[in-house]
Amino acid sequence: MAITPHLLIHDRRDNVGVVVVEGLRAGTELFCVVTEDNSELRAVTNHDVPIGHKVALRDLAVGDTIVKYGQDIGRVVAPIRKGDHVHTHNLKTKRW
Amino acid sequence: MRLQDRTIWGYRRENGRVGVRNYVAILPLDDISNAACEAVAAHIQGTIALPHAYGRLQFGEDLDLHFRTMIGTGANPNVAACVVIGIEPLWTQKVVDGIARTGKPVAGFSIEGNGDIATVAAASRKAKEFVHFASEKVRQECPLTDVWVAAKCGESDTTTGLASCPTVGNMYDKLVPLGLYGCFGETSELTGAEHLAAARAVSPEISEKFMKTWSAYQKDVIEAHKTSDLSDSQPTKGNIAGGLTTIEEKALGNLEKIGKKIKFIDVLQPAEAPAQGSGLYFMDTSSAAAECCTLQAAAGYVIHCFPTGQGNVIGNPIMPVIKISGNPRTVRVMSEHIDVDVSGVVRRELTIDEAGDLMIDMIARTANGRFTAAEALGHREFVMTKLYRSA
Repeated sequence: MAITPHLLIHDRRDNVGVVVVEGLRAGTELFCVVTEDNSELRAVTNHDVPIGHKVALRDLAVGDTIVKYGQDIGRVVAPIRKGDHVHTHNLKTKRW
Repeated sequence: MRLQDRTIWGYRRENGRVGVRNYVAILPLDDISNAACEAVAAHIQGTIALPHAYGRLQFGEDLDLHFRTMIGTGANPNVAACVVIGIEPLWTQKVVDGIARTGKPVAGFSIEGNGDIATVAAASRKAKEFVHFASEKVRQECPLTDVWVAAKCGESDTTTGLASCPTVGNMYDKLVPLGLYGCFGETSELTGAEHLAAARAVSPEISEKFMKTWSAYQKDVIEAHKTSDLSDSQPTKGNIAGGLTTIEEKALGNLEKIGKKIKFIDVLQPAEAPAQGSGLYFMDTSSAAAECCTLQAAAGYVIHCFPTGQGNVIGNPIMPVIKISGNPRTVRVMSEHIDVDVSGVVRRELTIDEAGDLMIDMIARTANGRFTAAEALGHREFVMTKLYRSA
């Protein structure tokens, strides 16, 4: 049986993935799977990240666009390093 | 067995529609008739009262929606027969006449000039008659695709877009081409994915109708009433706890529940019954779970598929609501609320195709009579949508 992934990524264009295990601790080497083609990659998380929350797959600057599902989900409002927790403290909607 | 040959055991109603429950509904036309309806339901076993908050001094489109919701609820094939009680006879009769078009037994009672006690006595006699009628109805074998299935997600998180919404989408991709009626709504929660939703319309005309509906909601509801950037409401606190950060991210996950292949064939007003034959429909609804489910039931949908991430517990009094979750923590800590556990998807133990088959199995079992978690737990949220203040 395949190894259980720590992080799922919808689309190869995405710059974030979703934690799908509970109790993920900073420094963990993440086994990541891209769901659209089952390709695999590795990353390391810089923070304790709860299940369901996002981790950056690359460094991002203020004003950059976060891409998930291959689509724009908002803008970066605080600098992000690869492996960082991405949430309301560094990502904001471009709508309303 | 081939999917197109699958059957369920349902109640074939007078108008040919298939119901999966067999309620005798006691329906108040207005808020002040709730007490009489609840008294009838307490007296006559096998009936269900549907109390709600509105029905007085409404006007214009808001009144039209009130009548559409009342009539549609009584007309739903999960209702075998219906007693309507209102304060005065004219509007009460309007709802009775609307429900009567289905051919099912329906009777109206009004309170003015009679008082609650006499009204409850007369309505109870009729309700008892209807209970005898309904309880002799026997389930018949019907095609699975005669069961109209609506969908809406709630307390979403990032697992919703990975697992539970694609599960419902896979079910629609398989059953809609075979003749199923489907329905999705949540106009404001498509914000950020509206361009992708518009592209899933069957024609440029329907795409334009969708964009017009979505833009009107933005302009007339969101922009007209917002006092902030909505970040306190959309995403909800539960969504944010579950890892969703922006409305765009939430919308993209939401849209996963209409599958990958099928197109929607029309845009419905709130509580409007579909009239273009079998297929997937978009309905203009609020994204609040109880309002959306109430409107979909009033449009004639008899089963609801409800993907949840963080664990919304919603039910509906006349339409069984099936909960699907792919969040491993939610299926563990809120197991009593979840009918279909697809957390295997995020562990890569279960494919979306397999999860879609589990969804179809649970629709069939629910149609055959299995109580959903929400039914077993007594969830009967019945919430009318109101468009603006009454006169």
